[in-house]
Amino acid sequence: MKHTVAVQVANESGVLARIASLFSRRGFNIESLSVGQTEDEDVSRITLVVCGSQKDLEQLEKQLNKLIVVYKVSNITNDPAVSRSMAFIKVRADYSTRSEIIQIVDVFRGEIVDVANDSVMVEVTGDEGKINAMEELLEPYGIIELVRTGKIAMTRGKK
Amino acid sequence: MSKRFTGAEIFIKSLSREGVETIFGYPGGTVLPIYDKLYDAEFEHILPHHEQGGIHAADGYARSTGRIGVVIATSGPGATNLVTGLATAYMDSVPLVAFTGQVPSHMLGTDAFQEADITGISMPITKHNYLVQKTENLARIIKEAFHIASSGRPGPVLVDIPKDIMLQEVEFVYPEQVDLRGYKPNYRGHPLQIKKAAEKINQCRRPVLYAGGGVIISEASSELRQLAEKAQIPVTTTLTGLGAFDEKNRLSLGMLGMHGSTEANMAISHADLIIAVGCRFDDRVTGKLEEFAQEADIIHIDIDPAEVGKRVAIDIPIVGDVKGILTKLNEQVSEKSSNGWGSQIQEWQEMDCRRCNSTGKNGRLSSRPIIEEIDSLTDGEAFIVTEVGQHQMWAAQFFNYNRPRQFITSGGLGTMGYGFPASLGVQVGNREAPVFLLAGDGSFQMNIQELATAAKNNLPVKIVIFNNQYLGMVRQWQEMFLDRRYSSTCLRRRSDCPPQCSEPDEGCPEMIPDFTKVAQAYGIKAEKITKPEEVRAALERALAEPGPYLLDCLIEVEENVFPMVPPGGSLYEMILEEESE
Ligand SMILES: Cc1ncc(C[n+]2csc(CCOP(=O)(O)OP(=O)(O)O)c2C)c(N)n1
Ligand SMILES: [Mg+2]
Repeated sequence: MKHTVAVQVANESGVLARIASLFSRRGFNIESLSVGQTEDEDVSRITLVVCGSQKDLEQLEKQLNKLIVVYKVSNITNDPAVSRSMAFIKVRADYSTRSEIIQIVDVFRGEIVDVANDSVMVEVTGDEGKINAMEELLEPYGIIELVRTGKIAMTRGKK
Repeated sequence: MSKRFTGAEIFIKSLSREGVETIFGYPGGTVLPIYDKLYDAEFEHILPHHEQGGIHAADGYARSTGRIGVVIATSGPGATNLVTGLATAYMDSVPLVAFTGQVPSHMLGTDAFQEADITGISMPITKHNYLVQKTENLARIIKEAFHIASSGRPGPVLVDIPKDIMLQEVEFVYPEQVDLRGYKPNYRGHPLQIKKAAEKINQCRRPVLYAGGGVIISEASSELRQLAEKAQIPVTTTLTGLGAFDEKNRLSLGMLGMHGSTEANMAISHADLIIAVGCRFDDRVTGKLEEFAQEADIIHIDIDPAEVGKRVAIDIPIVGDVKGILTKLNEQVSEKSSNGWGSQIQEWQEMDCRRCNSTGKNGRLSSRPIIEEIDSLTDGEAFIVTEVGQHQMWAAQFFNYNRPRQFITSGGLGTMGYGFPASLGVQVGNREAPVFLLAGDGSFQMNIQELATAAKNNLPVKIVIFNNQYLGMVRQWQEMFLDRRYSSTCLRRRSDCPPQCSEPDEGCPEMIPDFTKVAQAYGIKAEKITKPEEVRAALERALAEPGPYLLDCLIEVEENVFPMVPPGGSLYEMILEEESE
C-alpha cells in the first residue's frame, strides 16, 4: 500500500542524509521524495510517498520522530489533501504530428515549453493519474526523455 | 567588550559546567588545542592505549555510575576507532558524549590528512551527532549533546569539532536551558493506559514481569520490587536487566531467552499476562516470534515509542518513564498474598536447569564454581564485567545479582573486546569497589593492550580468564549444529596442524599467549590455575592484591552453555543438557 507522509524538518545541512540513512537502515522503500522550503525559514518540508503495510508505516513514523532534526511527521494518506507533481516530457514531433500533440497537451492544460525541429517539450502538472494518462497518450509519438518530480501535498483547510 | 575565549577554552568551560570529572581520551593532531588546555585543567584524564579501549571504558564508567561517559579522539583513524564503541553504547542505550577533532573547516571535503567523515559514518549508530560549524555554536552544541545523551532513552552523541573552531575566539555564554524543537521525550505515561494495565494485573492469574535494562536506566528497581511483591508477580530479567531485581528474592526467575533459565522461559510461555518493562523483545529473548508468549496479553512500558509494537503486538502500550509509570501502577494494583501459579513456578525453579555446568569432565576445572566463589568471597557485592561468549552467559547464570548497575556487559551488539576496557571504566568510577572482569581467552585479546592502562593507573581490576582455548560460543554452535566442524575456532591451532581437526587432546600445541607472562610484562601479578581445589585460594590472593591481578583459569575446553533455545526455536523448547555420547 502507498502512503503519503509529510515531514517537517530542520532547515540545516545533513538532514536529508539522516533521513536517507534511516530509510536504508530500516529497510523502508521510498517511492518518491521532494524537499522544499516552507513559510518558516527554519523549517523544510519533505513529502514522501512510501510503500508498505500499516505496521511498517507506524514504525517509520516513530523512527522518523526519533531523529532530533525531525519536528513533525504527518501521515496524510487519508486526509482530504491536494497533491501535485510535475513532469517534463520530450516527445518526437514533426509537422504532421505537432498539432495533434498540441491538442493533447491543451486538453491536459499542459504547456509546450520548447520546440525543436523534430521534438517538443511538454510540461504537465497534476496528480499522479493525470501525468500517467498524459504519458500514455504521448507514448505512441515516441517519448525521448521524461522527468518527474516527487509529489508535494497539503491538507485542505477546514470548511 | 567582554572577554573572549578560544573554542578549546570554551570546550573546557562547558565540560566543567556539565559537571564532568573524568575524561577518557587519546590525543592527535586535530585535538592538540584541546589537549593543550587539558594540560592545566582539573579533569581526571585517563589515557587508554587504543581509542576503542577509551570509549568502552567511558561506557563502563557510565553504566556503572549512571553518569555520562566522555571520550575524546582525534580526527580520521582516532574517530573511526570509536565506531564499535558508539554502536555498542547505542544498542544498550548508554549515555556517552564523544568528541572528535576534525580537519580545519576550509579543508573539509578535500581528503585532507586524517580526514574521515565521522558524522556520516556514525549517523546510524548515534542518537544524534554534530559537526560544529562556528565557534559561536560550540557551547550550545555541547549543552545539547549532554542533554540528548542522558535524557529520554539515553544514547551516544558525537560532536565533531574542526581544528579552526577550537582556535577561534568568541564570547562564552553557556545556555541555561535546552530547547530543541524536534526533541521532547515524553516521560509521563498515559493515566488511562496505566489504569487499564492495573485492571489487567488485578484480574490475571499467571502473570510474569519481564524487566530489561530500561528499569536500571530509569532507576526503577525499588518500584519494580514493590510491584512484584505487592501483586506476587514472578520477575525475569534480560541480560542487560540483570540486577534490576534481586536474584535471591523468591520471586526471581533469573534471565530469560536463548540461555535463560527453565523457569523464566517456561513462565513466559505459559503466562496469561506479561508486563514488559524497559525492554525491547530482542530476538535473543523471544526465540521464535510466532510462538512467543502465545497465551498472554502483553503490557509494554517503555520510554521509546518506536520500541512499542516493533516486534510483538502489544495489548496495552504505555509510553513514558518506567519509574514514574511503575509508581502510578503500584498505587492501583491490589495486594495479593499469592498468584495463581506459585507452585508451578516453584516446580520449574527446582529443576535447577544449570546443573550440568557444576563440574567439568574428569573432575577438570569448570566455570560455575569459579563464578560462585567470586560471588561468595565478595558477599555478592562485586561488579561483574564480562566479555562476549560462553563465559558471558555463565557469568549471567551463576552469579546472583542483587543491585542495579552491578552487571556490565555488551548485550545488544555483543562486542568482544568490550569487557576489559569497560571494567577499567567501572573501576575509575567506583574506586573502592571490587571489580571482576570475567573474560574469554579470545575476547580478552581484542583489547589486551589496556593492561598498560590498568597498570599505569593502578586500577585493581581482577581479571579472570575462562581459558577454554576456543572461541567457545562459536565452537558450541559448530558442535551442536554443524557436525563438530571446528572451523577457525581453535585458539591453539597453528599452521602445521592438520587442515581439519575436531578432537583437541593433550598433544595439541600450547596456547599462545601465556596470559600470565603477558600480564607480568606489564607489571601485573598473575597466576594460572587448573584444578577446582585451587579456585578459592587463588581468588583470595587476587582480592588481597592492592593492584590489578590476572587469574588464568584453564577450564574444560568443550564445556557448553545450557539451557539453550536453539536458534529459531521456541522458548519452551530448551535443550537442557549435553546429549550423552
Ligand atoms: C568483535 C566480535 N567479533 C566476533 C564475534 C563473534 N563471537 C561471538 S562469541 C565468540 C567467541 C568468544 O570467544 P572467547 O572470548 O574465548 O569466549 P568463550 O565463548 O570461549 O567463553 C565470537 C567469535 C563477536 N561477538 N564480536
Ligand atoms: Mg574461549
